[in-house]
Amino acid sequence: MKYPFPVGESDFIQGDEAIARAAILAGCRFYAGYPITPASEIFEAMALYMPLVDGVSIQIEDEIGSLAAVIGASWAGAKAMTATSGPGFSLMMENLGYAIMTETPLVLVDVQRSGPSTGQPTLAAQGDVMQAIWGTHGDHSIIVLTPATVQEAFDMTIRAFNLAEKYRTPVVLLTDGEVGHMRERVNIPDPDEIELVYRKLPRNEDEAKYPFRDWDSDGIPPMPVFGKGYHAYVTGLTHDERGRPKTVEAEIHEKLINRIIGKIEKNKDDIIEYETFGLEDAEVAIVSYGIVARSAIRAVKILRKEGIKAGLLKLNVVWPFDFEMIEDIAEQVGKIYVPEMNLGQVYHLVKEGANGKAEVELIPKIGGEIHTPDDIVRAVR
Amino acid sequence: MYLKSSYDIRDKYLRKDMLPTIFCPGCGIGAVLQYTLRAIDELGWSKDEVVWVSGIGCSARVPGFVDFDGLHTTHGRALAFATGIKMANPDLKVIAFMGDGDAAAIGGNHFIHAIRRNLDVTVILINNFTYGMTGGQVAPTALKGLKGTTAPYGNFENPFDIANLAVAAGANYVARWSVFNYLQGINSIKKALQKKGFSLVEFLSQCPISFGRRNKMKTGAELIRWYQKITVPISKAKNMSPEELEGKIVIGEFVDRDRPSLDEEYERYKRRAKEIMGWKE
Repeated sequence: MKYPFPVGESDFIQGDEAIARAAILAGCRFYAGYPITPASEIFEAMALYMPLVDGVSIQIEDEIGSLAAVIGASWAGAKAMTATSGPGFSLMMENLGYAIMTETPLVLVDVQRSGPSTGQPTLAAQGDVMQAIWGTHGDHSIIVLTPATVQEAFDMTIRAFNLAEKYRTPVVLLTDGEVGHMRERVNIPDPDEIELVYRKLPRNEDEAKYPFRDWDSDGIPPMPVFGKGYHAYVTGLTHDERGRPKTVEAEIHEKLINRIIGKIEKNKDDIIEYETFGLEDAEVAIVSYGIVARSAIRAVKILRKEGIKAGLLKLNVVWPFDFEMIEDIAEQVGKIYVPEMNLGQVYHLVKEGANGKAEVELIPKIGGEIHTPDDIVRAVR
Repeated sequence: MYLKSSYDIRDKYLRKDMLPTIFCPGCGIGAVLQYTLRAIDELGWSKDEVVWVSGIGCSARVPGFVDFDGLHTTHGRALAFATGIKMANPDLKVIAFMGDGDAAAIGGNHFIHAIRRNLDVTVILINNFTYGMTGGQVAPTALKGLKGTTAPYGNFENPFDIANLAVAAGANYVARWSVFNYLQGINSIKKALQKKGFSLVEFLSQCPISFGRRNKMKTGAELIRWYQKITVPISKAKNMSPEELEGKIVIGEFVDRDRPSLDEEYERYKRRAKEIMGWKE
């Protein structure tokens, strides 16, 4: 297969561009979107590449329709993606819930800007964490990945598609305007070396008839994509294992929702990914994610030079959340700092995880500027 | 046209375990569903190649009752979902079964843009002037003066003419009938299904429970008689003055043309992209 960009070598590209290229290498062949700063470059790259790889890139009338089209494409058998920023992400919430309820694999990229509302379109922020995890209504779980570098944006986009296909669920790639617009050297692997995951399809007639039954006891039913004679009925209403609407039966709702949440929460170990820097002997911990984690690494180095035994936990996945790990860290250190480009979002998760075993302090920063290492050092010192 | 028995149509196309339907006595949706299934049957289409899409509302429940692939989506978004299905797999034939509130109010923007793009989909639209499932609120198609729970003193807004809206937006095929015009209805659906690009068959359908009851027409039969009174064939309407057409609804075939569809245009676009980039196939 021929690719419209260099593969098997490095390139100096923007984060948004890296996400588009990774999506194509992950097998994405349907993109629907609505332009919004700072995510537009993802769409523009997709518009350039998709026709060349026999994929579809289409500009829909709004973000609601964009995610709707992506869900439709996924049910028609395609790996599909859309990208947006805060205001568009808000518009997608209803259909994000639909994708969770119908167990539709897809990737939704949110290149965060500040808000609420139109906020600061061209500047970075981390204000959509809560929206990504809990934005849609009802009880649910989801997977949220947080890249800190352009390379990570590339790698995590491929991982996002793999997790979406494996767990038959929407995956949010939660990045920000800084990572999206920054240019860095990215290693683009040879396509043969990229491991790709594909959704389970029904293996026999019974599985096709019960497309929402947990056949493999892993919580993930095979997906009866359209046009293959499965005659699947897919609804956002509470449904039984055959997919039939059952809207007043408490036990059916409970079973369905618990399975949908369970397939993610029970596989935390497979999904959650993190890195640590100097955490082994740390007396002070910093928990950070996304672009801010890069300042936090530097801050740890400065603090250690000053004799403060600091360590960093860099979260590459903010949901599902490893509350137990945070409690372990809290037991080891006296204090945990959470620098975030918001007024406290992951901070609340860390505080819950710490469970009173350590003091948790937020280092907030809003307005579009990233924390400098000194901002973090000053707060810890 | 030879009409098969309804039982044959039912046994061939409906999901037995989903019956009875949720539709109220006197509702017109069942009739329109039957017309659609008869059209598919006469065309000899396989159940494997057709996908039904719907939004929210009474008519949106239809894909659940038919034994095809079906996507029952969010309110008003059926055509946006359909765009993804059709463009990701152009071999699929897509039917969107929609209501007036679904298509013309919350989904109005998706509706006009799907038509503008000439998405290859057939929309079967149930127009009963009301939001039946939520209990009889006014729809954007409701004629002035009609009552609904959210317009208890009579609707004060101007109604949408969905068929004319679709013609203006660029649809390839548009027809409107009342549920009473069953032969014309079936024939129109057959034409619409065979048409590449956007096709719409709108049905004035009776909702005695949520709509008729509040407008002094308590039975399906009364509503059908009312539709007979207020509808005018398009050929006759051409010679009528605006005053004479006041309060009337024109029925018939509004447009029948063959502009290229979205998937056909995209195929050409892909070839153009490869040519421009020097990717000879």
